[in-house]
Amino acid sequence: MNLFFTRRGKKENTEPLKAAWEDQITSQSPKTCPACGQASPADQWHKRGQVCPKCGYHAPIGAYYRLSFLLDPGSFQELDRDLLPADPLDFPGYPQKLSDLEQSTGMMEAAVSALGSIEGHRAVFAVLDSSFLMGSMGTAVGEKITRAAETAQRQRLPLIIFAASGGARMQEGILSLMQMAKTAAAIQRFQSARGLYISCLTHPTTGGVTASFASLGDVMLSEPGALIGFAGPRVIEQTIHEKLPAGFQRAEYLLEHGFLDQVVPREQWRSVLGQILSLHEKGGR
Amino acid sequence: MSVYTPEQKVKLARYPGRPGTADYIQNLFTDFFEQRGDRQCRDDSSILGGVARFHGRPVTVIGHRKGRTMEEKLRFNFGMPGPEGYRKAQRLMRQAEKFGRPIITFIDTPGAYPGRDAEERGQGEAIAQCLALMSSLTVPVVAVVIGEGGSGGALALGVANRVLMLENAVYSVLSPEGFASILWKDASRSGEACSVMKLTAQDLRSSGVVQAVLKEPEGGAHTDPQAVYRTVDAALRRELAALGRVNKRSLARQRYQLFRSMGQDLHPARGAAV
Repeated sequence: MNLFFTRRGKKENTEPLKAAWEDQITSQSPKTCPACGQASPADQWHKRGQVCPKCGYHAPIGAYYRLSFLLDPGSFQELDRDLLPADPLDFPGYPQKLSDLEQSTGMMEAAVSALGSIEGHRAVFAVLDSSFLMGSMGTAVGEKITRAAETAQRQRLPLIIFAASGGARMQEGILSLMQMAKTAAAIQRFQSARGLYISCLTHPTTGGVTASFASLGDVMLSEPGALIGFAGPRVIEQTIHEKLPAGFQRAEYLLEHGFLDQVVPREQWRSVLGQILSLHEKGGR
Repeated sequence: MSVYTPEQKVKLARYPGRPGTADYIQNLFTDFFEQRGDRQCRDDSSILGGVARFHGRPVTVIGHRKGRTMEEKLRFNFGMPGPEGYRKAQRLMRQAEKFGRPIITFIDTPGAYPGRDAEERGQGEAIAQCLALMSSLTVPVVAVVIGEGGSGGALALGVANRVLMLENAVYSVLSPEGFASILWKDASRSGEACSVMKLTAQDLRSSGVVQAVLKEPEGGAHTDPQAVYRTVDAALRRELAALGRVNKRSLARQRYQLFRSMGQDLHPARGAAV
Protein backbone atom coordinates (compact mmCIF):
# COMPACT_ATOMS: atom_id res chain seq x y z
CA MET A 1 0.00 0.00 0.00
CA ASN A 2 2.95 2.30 0.27
CA LEU A 3 3.94 2.08 -3.34
CA PHE A 4 2.15 5.34 -3.97
CA PHE A 5 4.15 7.22 -1.41
CA THR A 6 7.47 5.92 -2.60
CA ARG A 7 6.94 6.22 -6.30
CA ARG A 8 8.95 9.40 -6.64
CA GLY A 9 11.89 7.87 -4.96
CA LYS A 10 10.97 9.26 -1.57
CA LYS A 11 11.03 6.64 1.13
CA GLU A 12 8.68 7.08 4.00
CA ASN A 13 10.64 7.71 7.13
CA THR A 14 8.80 6.17 10.03
CA GLU A 15 11.76 6.50 12.37
CA PRO A 16 10.42 9.46 14.38
CA LEU A 17 7.15 7.62 14.91
CA LYS A 18 8.82 4.41 16.00
CA ALA A 19 11.05 6.31 18.36
CA ALA A 20 8.10 8.21 19.85
CA TRP A 21 6.15 5.00 20.24
CA GLU A 22 8.96 3.08 21.84
CA ASP A 23 9.81 5.99 24.06
CA GLN A 24 6.43 5.56 25.71
CA ILE A 25 6.91 1.90 26.59
CA THR A 26 10.44 2.03 27.89
CA SER A 27 9.27 3.44 31.19
CA GLN A 28 7.56 0.66 33.10
CA SER A 29 7.01 2.41 36.38
CA PRO A 30 3.39 3.09 37.36
CA LYS A 31 2.05 6.47 36.32
CA THR A 32 -0.13 8.53 38.61
CA CYS A 33 -3.05 10.28 36.95
CA PRO A 34 -3.07 14.04 37.62
CA ALA A 35 -6.88 14.03 37.39
CA CYS A 36 -7.95 11.13 39.62
CA GLY A 37 -4.73 10.59 41.56
CA GLN A 38 -4.70 6.83 40.97
CA ALA A 39 -1.64 4.96 39.74
CA SER A 40 -1.75 2.57 36.80
CA PRO A 41 1.03 0.60 35.07
CA ALA A 42 2.73 2.52 32.29
CA ASP A 43 1.83 -0.05 29.65
CA GLN A 44 -1.85 0.37 30.48
CA TRP A 45 -1.56 4.10 29.78
CA HIS A 46 0.36 3.40 26.61
CA LYS A 47 -2.18 0.88 25.35
CA ARG A 48 -4.80 3.62 25.39
CA GLY A 49 -2.60 6.35 23.94
CA GLN A 50 -1.85 7.91 27.34
CA VAL A 51 -5.41 7.95 28.55
CA CYS A 52 -5.83 7.16 32.24
CA PRO A 53 -7.13 3.56 32.50
CA LYS A 54 -9.01 4.49 35.67
CA CYS A 55 -10.78 7.78 34.90
CA GLY A 56 -10.30 8.41 31.18
CA TYR A 57 -8.20 11.55 31.62
CA HIS A 58 -6.48 12.39 28.34
CA ALA A 59 -2.84 13.25 29.03
CA PRO A 60 -1.21 15.64 26.53
CA ILE A 61 0.87 13.73 23.98
CA GLY A 62 3.51 14.61 21.43
CA ALA A 63 2.90 15.01 17.71
CA TYR A 64 4.95 12.01 16.61
CA TYR A 65 3.43 9.77 19.25
CA ARG A 66 -0.07 10.78 18.15
CA LEU A 67 0.71 10.06 14.53
CA SER A 68 2.24 6.72 15.49
CA PHE A 69 -1.13 5.29 16.47
CA LEU A 70 -3.34 7.49 14.29
CA LEU A 71 -1.95 6.59 10.88
CA ASP A 72 -1.95 3.30 9.03
CA PRO A 73 1.36 1.59 9.77
CA GLY A 74 4.01 2.55 7.26
CA SER A 75 1.95 5.33 5.66
CA PHE A 76 3.72 8.24 7.36
CA GLN A 77 5.76 10.53 5.15
CA GLU A 78 6.88 13.69 6.85
CA LEU A 79 6.63 17.01 4.98
CA ASP A 80 8.87 20.03 5.51
CA ARG A 81 10.94 18.35 8.18
CA ASP A 82 13.75 20.77 7.40
CA LEU A 83 11.60 23.86 7.99
CA LEU A 84 13.35 25.40 10.97
CA PRO A 85 12.32 28.22 13.32
CA ALA A 86 13.48 31.78 12.69
CA ASP A 87 14.20 34.69 15.02
CA PRO A 88 12.82 37.83 13.35
CA LEU A 89 12.94 40.00 16.51
CA ASP A 90 16.48 38.93 17.50
CA PHE A 91 14.77 38.14 20.74
CA PRO A 92 17.21 37.72 23.64
CA GLY A 93 17.70 34.06 24.55
CA TYR A 94 15.31 32.72 21.90
CA PRO A 95 17.83 30.81 19.72
CA GLN A 96 19.23 29.17 22.86
CA LYS A 97 15.74 28.25 24.02
CA LEU A 98 15.00 26.69 20.63
CA SER A 99 18.13 24.62 20.64
CA ASP A 100 17.50 23.49 24.22
CA LEU A 101 14.03 22.40 23.18
CA GLU A 102 15.40 20.54 20.21
CA GLN A 103 17.66 18.65 22.61
CA SER A 104 14.95 17.87 25.14
CA THR A 105 12.05 17.12 22.82
CA GLY A 106 13.77 15.84 19.70
CA MET A 107 11.55 18.22 17.73
CA MET A 108 12.75 21.17 15.72
CA GLU A 109 9.44 23.01 15.82
CA ALA A 110 6.02 22.81 17.43
CA ALA A 111 4.33 21.27 14.39
CA VAL A 112 4.77 18.11 12.36
CA SER A 113 3.14 17.78 8.96
CA ALA A 114 2.90 14.62 6.93
CA LEU A 115 1.22 12.62 4.24
CA GLY A 116 -0.42 9.52 5.58
CA SER A 117 -3.54 7.45 5.58
CA ILE A 118 -6.26 6.31 7.96
CA GLU A 119 -8.03 3.07 7.16
CA GLY A 120 -6.64 3.39 3.68
CA HIS A 121 -7.88 6.96 3.11
CA ARG A 122 -5.02 9.27 2.24
CA ALA A 123 -4.85 12.76 3.71
CA VAL A 124 -2.47 15.54 4.63
CA PHE A 125 -1.90 15.81 8.38
CA ALA A 126 -0.51 18.53 10.62
CA VAL A 127 -0.14 18.03 14.35
CA LEU A 128 0.90 20.65 16.88
CA ASP A 129 2.93 19.64 19.91
CA SER A 130 2.36 21.39 23.23
CA SER A 131 5.70 20.21 24.61
CA PHE A 132 7.47 22.65 22.27
CA LEU A 133 6.92 26.23 23.54
CA MET A 134 3.26 25.39 24.28
CA GLY A 135 2.65 24.56 20.64
CA SER A 136 2.78 28.27 19.91
CA MET A 137 2.55 29.49 16.32
CA GLY A 138 5.50 31.43 14.98
CA THR A 139 6.54 31.83 11.38
CA ALA A 140 7.69 28.21 10.97
CA VAL A 141 4.49 26.70 12.36
CA GLY A 142 2.39 29.10 10.26
CA GLU A 143 4.40 28.22 7.18
CA LYS A 144 4.03 24.48 7.85
CA ILE A 145 0.26 24.72 8.29
CA THR A 146 0.00 26.86 5.15
CA ARG A 147 2.09 24.45 3.11
CA ALA A 148 0.05 21.54 4.43
CA ALA A 149 -3.11 23.23 3.12
CA GLU A 150 -1.40 23.97 -0.19
CA THR A 151 -0.17 20.38 -0.52
CA ALA A 152 -3.66 19.09 0.25
CA GLN A 153 -5.12 21.40 -2.39
CA ARG A 154 -2.53 20.45 -5.00
CA GLN A 155 -2.94 16.75 -4.40
CA ARG A 156 -6.70 16.98 -3.86
CA LEU A 157 -6.48 15.33 -0.49
CA PRO A 158 -8.40 16.06 2.71
CA LEU A 159 -6.61 18.09 5.38
CA ILE A 160 -6.61 17.01 9.02
CA ILE A 161 -5.05 19.27 11.64
CA PHE A 162 -4.65 18.45 15.32
CA ALA A 163 -4.29 21.71 17.23
CA ALA A 164 -2.65 22.06 20.65
CA SER A 165 -1.42 25.55 21.27
CA GLY A 166 -1.11 28.45 23.64
CA GLY A 167 -1.58 30.78 20.66
CA ALA A 168 0.73 33.09 18.75
CA ARG A 169 4.42 32.83 19.63
CA MET A 170 5.43 35.97 21.50
CA GLN A 171 9.14 35.64 20.73
CA GLU A 172 8.52 36.22 17.01
CA GLY A 173 6.35 39.29 17.53
CA ILE A 174 4.03 40.68 14.88
CA LEU A 175 4.97 38.04 12.30
CA SER A 176 3.43 35.44 14.61
CA LEU A 177 0.21 37.45 14.54
CA MET A 178 0.36 37.55 10.75
CA GLN A 179 0.47 33.74 10.65
CA MET A 180 -3.16 33.86 11.80
CA ALA A 181 -4.14 35.70 8.63
CA LYS A 182 -1.86 33.54 6.51
CA THR A 183 -3.17 30.19 7.77
CA ALA A 184 -6.81 31.34 7.77
CA ALA A 185 -6.41 32.52 4.18
CA ALA A 186 -4.79 29.24 3.12
CA ILE A 187 -7.61 27.25 4.71
CA GLN A 188 -10.21 29.49 3.07
CA ARG A 189 -8.57 29.01 -0.31
CA PHE A 190 -8.38 25.23 0.17
CA GLN A 191 -12.04 25.09 1.18
CA SER A 192 -13.11 27.25 -1.76
CA ALA A 193 -11.49 24.60 -3.95
CA ARG A 194 -13.84 22.10 -2.26
CA GLY A 195 -11.19 20.65 -0.01
CA LEU A 196 -12.33 18.88 3.15
CA TYR A 197 -10.72 20.23 6.31
CA ILE A 198 -11.21 18.40 9.58
CA SER A 199 -10.07 20.41 12.60
CA CYS A 200 -9.28 18.34 15.68
CA LEU A 201 -8.78 20.30 18.88
CA THR A 202 -6.76 18.91 21.76
CA HIS A 203 -5.76 20.28 25.12
CA PRO A 204 -5.14 23.18 25.12
CA THR A 205 -6.19 25.15 22.03
CA THR A 206 -6.19 28.88 22.76
CA GLY A 207 -5.31 32.35 21.50
CA GLY A 208 -4.29 32.98 17.94
CA VAL A 209 -4.61 29.35 16.91
CA THR A 210 -8.24 29.22 18.06
CA ALA A 211 -8.76 32.55 16.30
CA SER A 212 -7.44 31.25 12.99
CA PHE A 213 -7.13 27.87 11.28
CA ALA A 214 -8.30 25.77 14.24
CA SER A 215 -11.83 27.26 14.20
CA LEU A 216 -12.37 26.97 10.46
CA GLY A 217 -12.91 23.22 10.01
CA ASP A 218 -15.71 21.90 7.83
CA VAL A 219 -15.88 19.39 10.63
CA MET A 220 -14.93 20.46 14.16
CA LEU A 221 -13.89 17.77 16.64
CA SER A 222 -12.21 17.75 20.01
CA GLU A 223 -10.73 15.41 22.58
CA PRO A 224 -12.62 15.12 25.87
CA GLY A 225 -11.76 17.70 28.50
CA ALA A 226 -9.67 19.86 26.16
CA LEU A 227 -9.49 23.54 27.07
CA ILE A 228 -10.55 25.56 24.02
CA GLY A 229 -10.87 29.32 23.92
CA PHE A 230 -9.52 32.61 22.68
CA ALA A 231 -8.57 34.21 25.99
CA GLY A 232 -7.19 31.95 28.69
CA PRO A 233 -9.24 31.41 31.87
CA ARG A 234 -6.79 33.37 34.02
CA VAL A 235 -6.99 36.45 31.81
CA ILE A 236 -10.79 36.27 31.82
CA GLU A 237 -10.95 35.96 35.61
CA GLN A 238 -8.65 38.95 35.98
CA THR A 239 -10.81 40.94 33.57
CA ILE A 240 -14.25 40.18 34.95
CA HIS A 241 -13.16 39.76 38.58
CA GLU A 242 -15.10 36.58 39.13
CA LYS A 243 -14.41 32.87 39.21
CA LEU A 244 -15.35 30.93 36.11
CA PRO A 245 -17.64 27.94 36.52
CA ALA A 246 -16.21 24.42 36.42
CA GLY A 247 -16.04 23.07 32.89
CA PHE A 248 -15.92 26.55 31.32
CA GLN A 249 -14.16 26.48 27.91
CA ARG A 250 -13.86 22.70 28.02
CA ALA A 251 -14.68 20.58 24.97
CA GLU A 252 -18.02 19.44 26.37
CA TYR A 253 -18.98 23.06 27.04
CA LEU A 254 -18.14 24.07 23.48
CA LEU A 255 -20.12 21.13 22.16
CA GLU A 256 -23.12 22.35 24.14
CA HIS A 257 -22.68 25.88 22.82
CA GLY A 258 -22.61 24.80 19.22
CA PHE A 259 -18.93 25.12 18.34
CA LEU A 260 -18.10 21.43 17.86
CA ASP A 261 -19.61 18.58 15.89
CA GLN A 262 -18.45 15.90 18.28
CA VAL A 263 -16.16 15.16 21.18
CA VAL A 264 -14.03 12.15 20.28
CA PRO A 265 -12.20 10.00 22.84
CA ARG A 266 -8.61 9.31 21.84
CA GLU A 267 -9.09 5.64 21.10
CA GLN A 268 -11.85 6.48 18.61
CA TRP A 269 -9.96 8.98 16.45
CA ARG A 270 -9.03 6.43 13.82
CA SER A 271 -12.53 5.10 13.37
CA VAL A 272 -14.23 8.53 13.48
CA LEU A 273 -11.77 10.13 11.06
CA GLY A 274 -11.93 7.03 8.86
CA GLN A 275 -15.71 7.34 8.74
CA ILE A 276 -15.65 11.06 7.85
CA LEU A 277 -13.00 10.53 5.18
CA SER A 278 -15.00 7.69 3.71
CA LEU A 279 -18.22 9.75 3.70
CA HIS A 280 -16.46 12.48 1.74
CA GLU A 281 -14.67 10.20 -0.64
CA LYS A 282 -16.81 10.75 -3.73
CA GLY A 283 -16.88 14.34 -4.91
CA GLY A 284 -15.40 15.62 -1.67
CA ARG A 285 -11.76 15.83 -2.49
CA MET B 1 13.33 58.93 11.98
CA SER B 2 10.84 59.80 14.65
CA VAL B 3 11.70 61.52 17.87
CA TYR B 4 9.63 59.25 20.06
CA THR B 5 10.74 56.00 21.68
CA PRO B 6 8.56 52.92 21.16
CA GLU B 7 7.30 53.28 24.73
CA GLN B 8 6.29 56.91 24.14
CA LYS B 9 4.54 55.88 20.95
CA VAL B 10 2.48 53.33 22.87
CA LYS B 11 1.36 56.19 25.12
CA LEU B 12 0.59 58.46 22.16
CA ALA B 13 -1.29 55.68 20.37
CA ARG B 14 -3.46 55.19 23.45
CA TYR B 15 -3.98 58.85 24.24
CA PRO B 16 -7.74 59.43 24.63
CA GLY B 17 -7.59 62.76 22.76
CA ARG B 18 -6.25 61.04 19.66
CA PRO B 19 -8.66 61.01 16.69
CA GLY B 20 -10.64 57.78 16.60
CA THR B 21 -12.74 55.92 14.04
CA ALA B 22 -15.80 58.10 14.63
CA ASP B 23 -13.71 61.24 14.00
CA TYR B 24 -12.33 59.90 10.74
CA ILE B 25 -15.78 58.91 9.57
CA GLN B 26 -17.13 62.33 10.38
CA ASN B 27 -14.30 64.24 8.74
CA LEU B 28 -13.36 62.12 5.72
CA PHE B 29 -16.75 60.83 4.59
CA THR B 30 -20.17 62.20 3.77
CA ASP B 31 -23.60 60.66 3.97
CA PHE B 32 -22.60 58.08 6.60
CA PHE B 33 -25.34 55.54 7.17
CA GLU B 34 -24.59 53.45 10.26
CA GLN B 35 -25.46 49.77 10.16
CA ARG B 36 -25.85 48.01 13.45
CA GLY B 37 -26.20 44.50 14.77
CA ASP B 38 -24.95 41.04 13.92
CA ARG B 39 -28.46 39.72 13.11
CA GLN B 40 -27.95 36.96 15.67
CA CYS B 41 -28.14 38.37 19.14
CA ARG B 42 -26.97 41.96 19.59
CA ASP B 43 -25.20 45.07 18.44
CA ASP B 44 -21.63 45.48 19.58
CA SER B 45 -20.97 49.20 19.61
CA SER B 46 -17.21 48.80 19.95
CA ILE B 47 -17.29 48.19 16.21
CA LEU B 48 -18.65 51.14 14.24
CA GLY B 49 -19.56 50.58 10.63
CA GLY B 50 -21.81 51.39 7.72
CA VAL B 51 -21.95 52.81 4.23
CA ALA B 52 -20.71 56.30 3.42
CA ARG B 53 -19.44 58.30 0.51
CA PHE B 54 -15.74 58.84 0.09
CA HIS B 55 -15.29 61.67 -2.41
CA GLY B 56 -18.72 60.89 -3.73
CA ARG B 57 -18.27 57.17 -4.09
CA PRO B 58 -20.10 54.73 -1.77
CA VAL B 59 -17.75 52.66 0.36
CA THR B 60 -18.14 50.42 3.38
CA VAL B 61 -16.33 51.77 6.40
CA ILE B 62 -15.68 49.74 9.56
CA GLY B 63 -13.55 50.50 12.59
CA HIS B 64 -12.94 49.89 16.27
CA ARG B 65 -14.46 52.57 18.47
CA LYS B 66 -12.96 53.35 21.85
CA GLY B 67 -14.81 56.48 22.89
CA ARG B 68 -13.34 59.49 24.63
CA THR B 69 -15.35 60.26 27.76
CA MET B 70 -15.71 57.69 30.53
CA GLU B 71 -19.35 57.23 29.64
CA GLU B 72 -18.45 56.52 26.02
CA LYS B 73 -15.63 54.22 26.97
CA LEU B 74 -17.96 52.13 29.07
CA ARG B 75 -20.56 52.09 26.33
CA PHE B 76 -18.01 51.02 23.72
CA ASN B 77 -16.27 48.62 26.09
CA PHE B 78 -12.97 50.52 25.67
CA GLY B 79 -12.83 49.47 22.05
CA MET B 80 -12.68 45.75 22.84
CA PRO B 81 -15.17 43.93 20.61
CA GLY B 82 -16.87 40.67 21.34
CA PRO B 83 -17.81 38.08 18.72
CA GLU B 84 -20.93 40.08 17.81
CA GLY B 85 -18.73 42.97 16.75
CA TYR B 86 -16.70 40.76 14.45
CA ARG B 87 -19.86 39.17 13.07
CA LYS B 88 -21.29 42.61 12.39
CA ALA B 89 -18.08 43.45 10.56
CA GLN B 90 -18.44 40.25 8.49
CA ARG B 91 -22.00 41.14 7.63
CA LEU B 92 -20.96 44.57 6.41
CA MET B 93 -18.06 43.14 4.42
CA ARG B 94 -20.33 40.61 2.70
CA GLN B 95 -22.60 43.46 1.68
CA ALA B 96 -19.65 45.43 0.38
CA GLU B 97 -18.69 42.39 -1.69
CA LYS B 98 -22.25 42.01 -2.94
CA PHE B 99 -22.58 45.64 -3.99
CA GLY B 100 -19.02 46.01 -5.21
CA ARG B 101 -18.05 48.67 -2.69
CA PRO B 102 -14.47 49.19 -1.55
CA ILE B 103 -13.88 48.60 2.17
CA ILE B 104 -11.97 50.96 4.43
CA THR B 105 -11.17 49.82 7.96
CA PHE B 106 -9.77 51.78 10.91
CA ILE B 107 -7.84 49.77 13.47
CA ASP B 108 -7.74 51.01 17.05
CA THR B 109 -8.21 48.45 19.80
CA PRO B 110 -6.36 47.09 22.82
CA GLY B 111 -7.60 43.69 21.64
CA ALA B 112 -10.69 41.51 21.52
CA TYR B 113 -12.60 41.41 24.81
CA PRO B 114 -11.47 38.57 27.09
CA GLY B 115 -14.84 38.05 28.78
CA ARG B 116 -17.03 35.16 29.72
CA ASP B 117 -19.86 35.98 27.30
CA ALA B 118 -17.40 36.61 24.51
CA GLU B 119 -15.91 33.14 24.95
CA GLU B 120 -19.32 31.54 25.28
CA ARG B 121 -20.35 32.99 21.93
CA GLY B 122 -17.16 32.05 20.12
CA GLN B 123 -14.69 34.94 20.14
CA GLY B 124 -12.05 32.80 18.46
CA GLU B 125 -14.38 31.55 15.77
CA ALA B 126 -15.65 35.07 15.02
CA ILE B 127 -12.13 36.43 14.53
CA ALA B 128 -11.09 33.40 12.45
CA GLN B 129 -14.09 33.89 10.16
CA CYS B 130 -13.21 37.58 9.74
CA LEU B 131 -9.70 36.64 8.63
CA ALA B 132 -10.93 33.98 6.23
CA LEU B 133 -13.61 36.23 4.76
CA MET B 134 -11.35 39.24 4.31
CA SER B 135 -8.75 37.10 2.57
CA SER B 136 -11.27 36.13 -0.10
CA LEU B 137 -12.99 39.44 -0.89
CA THR B 138 -12.88 40.68 -4.47
CA VAL B 139 -13.32 44.37 -3.65
CA PRO B 140 -10.49 46.75 -2.71
CA VAL B 141 -9.72 46.69 1.02
CA VAL B 142 -7.57 49.35 2.70
CA ALA B 143 -6.83 49.24 6.43
CA VAL B 144 -5.44 52.14 8.46
CA VAL B 145 -3.92 51.53 11.88
CA ILE B 146 -4.82 54.83 13.54
CA GLY B 147 -3.99 54.12 17.18
CA GLU B 148 -3.51 50.85 18.98
CA GLY B 149 -3.35 47.65 16.93
CA GLY B 150 -3.67 45.03 19.62
CA SER B 151 -3.46 41.36 18.73
CA GLY B 152 -6.02 39.24 16.89
CA GLY B 153 -8.77 41.71 17.67
CA ALA B 154 -6.95 44.27 15.50
CA LEU B 155 -5.90 41.87 12.77
CA ALA B 156 -9.54 40.81 12.37
CA LEU B 157 -10.08 44.10 10.49
CA GLY B 158 -6.62 44.13 8.98
CA VAL B 159 -6.50 41.62 6.13
CA ALA B 160 -6.33 44.33 3.48
CA ASN B 161 -4.73 44.90 0.09
CA ARG B 162 -2.87 47.79 1.65
CA VAL B 163 -2.23 48.31 5.36
CA LEU B 164 -1.40 51.92 6.21
CA MET B 165 -0.25 53.09 9.59
CA LEU B 166 -0.01 56.44 11.28
CA GLU B 167 3.48 57.39 12.33
CA ASN B 168 2.82 57.08 16.06
CA ALA B 169 0.40 54.17 15.97
CA VAL B 170 1.50 50.76 17.22
CA TYR B 171 0.61 47.24 16.10
CA SER B 172 1.66 44.12 17.95
CA VAL B 173 1.06 40.45 18.67
CA LEU B 174 -0.13 41.39 22.16
CA SER B 175 -0.12 44.48 24.37
CA PRO B 176 3.35 45.19 25.78
CA GLU B 177 1.92 44.46 29.24
CA GLY B 178 0.61 41.07 28.14
CA PHE B 179 3.84 40.33 26.31
CA ALA B 180 5.94 41.06 29.41
CA SER B 181 3.67 39.08 31.65
CA ILE B 182 3.77 36.02 29.38
CA LEU B 183 7.48 36.05 28.65
CA TRP B 184 8.89 37.42 31.86
CA LYS B 185 5.99 36.84 34.25
CA ASP B 186 6.16 40.54 35.01
CA ALA B 187 3.73 43.02 33.44
CA SER B 188 5.66 45.94 34.91
CA ARG B 189 8.44 45.29 32.39
CA SER B 190 6.17 46.55 29.59
CA GLY B 191 8.56 49.42 28.81
CA GLU B 192 11.27 46.91 28.03
CA ALA B 193 8.77 44.91 25.98
CA CYS B 194 8.03 47.99 23.85
CA SER B 195 11.65 48.24 22.85
CA VAL B 196 12.04 44.60 21.75
CA MET B 197 8.66 44.04 20.12
CA LYS B 198 9.24 46.11 16.96
CA LEU B 199 5.75 47.51 17.17
CA THR B 200 6.23 50.95 15.64
CA ALA B 201 5.10 51.95 12.17
CA GLN B 202 8.70 52.25 11.02
CA ASP B 203 9.57 48.74 12.26
CA LEU B 204 6.49 47.27 10.65
CA ARG B 205 7.16 49.04 7.39
CA SER B 206 10.55 47.40 7.20
CA SER B 207 9.22 43.95 8.08
CA GLY B 208 6.59 44.29 5.34
CA VAL B 209 3.60 44.11 7.68
CA VAL B 210 2.47 47.61 6.70
CA GLN B 211 2.91 49.14 3.29
CA ALA B 212 2.98 52.85 4.09
CA VAL B 213 3.59 55.09 7.08
CA LEU B 214 1.50 58.26 7.31
CA LYS B 215 3.06 61.33 8.87
CA GLU B 216 1.60 62.92 11.97
CA PRO B 217 2.00 66.50 13.12
CA GLU B 218 4.77 67.13 15.58
CA GLY B 219 3.48 66.20 19.02
CA GLY B 220 1.12 63.55 17.67
CA ALA B 221 -2.19 63.26 15.83
CA HIS B 222 -4.20 64.92 18.62
CA THR B 223 -2.29 68.21 18.32
CA ASP B 224 -3.65 68.93 14.85
CA PRO B 225 -6.42 66.51 13.88
CA GLN B 226 -7.31 68.45 10.71
CA ALA B 227 -3.81 67.90 9.36
CA VAL B 228 -4.10 64.17 10.09
CA TYR B 229 -7.47 63.96 8.35
CA ARG B 230 -5.94 65.58 5.27
CA THR B 231 -3.04 63.10 5.32
CA VAL B 232 -5.27 60.06 5.74
CA ASP B 233 -7.71 61.36 3.16
CA ALA B 234 -4.98 61.81 0.58
CA ALA B 235 -3.53 58.39 1.32
CA LEU B 236 -6.91 56.65 1.02
CA ARG B 237 -7.63 58.46 -2.25
CA ARG B 238 -4.30 57.39 -3.64
CA GLU B 239 -4.68 53.75 -2.56
CA LEU B 240 -8.27 53.42 -3.75
CA ALA B 241 -7.40 54.97 -7.08
CA ALA B 242 -4.57 52.48 -7.56
CA LEU B 243 -6.67 49.49 -6.42
CA GLY B 244 -9.54 50.66 -8.63
CA ARG B 245 -7.45 49.77 -11.65
CA VAL B 246 -7.01 46.16 -10.50
CA ASN B 247 -9.56 43.53 -11.52
CA LYS B 248 -11.58 41.58 -8.95
CA ARG B 249 -9.67 38.32 -9.12
CA SER B 250 -6.34 40.06 -8.94
CA LEU B 251 -7.48 42.00 -5.87
CA ALA B 252 -8.18 38.77 -4.00
CA ARG B 253 -5.01 37.17 -5.30
CA GLN B 254 -2.84 40.17 -4.43
CA ARG B 255 -4.25 40.27 -0.88
CA TYR B 256 -3.72 36.55 -0.47
CA GLN B 257 -0.14 36.85 -1.64
CA LEU B 258 0.55 39.77 0.68
CA PHE B 259 -0.34 37.70 3.74
CA ARG B 260 0.94 34.41 2.32
CA SER B 261 4.35 36.00 2.10
CA MET B 262 4.51 37.11 5.74
CA GLY B 263 7.45 35.29 7.25
CA GLN B 264 7.87 33.23 4.10
CA ASP B 265 11.30 34.63 3.28
CA LEU B 266 12.49 33.27 6.63
CA HIS B 267 11.62 29.79 5.40
CA PRO B 268 12.55 29.45 1.74
CA ALA B 269 10.68 26.66 -0.02
CA ARG B 270 12.89 23.67 -0.56
CA GLY B 271 10.58 21.57 -2.66
CA ALA B 272 9.82 19.46 0.37
CA ALA B 273 6.28 18.83 -0.80
CA VAL B 274 5.82 15.75 -2.92
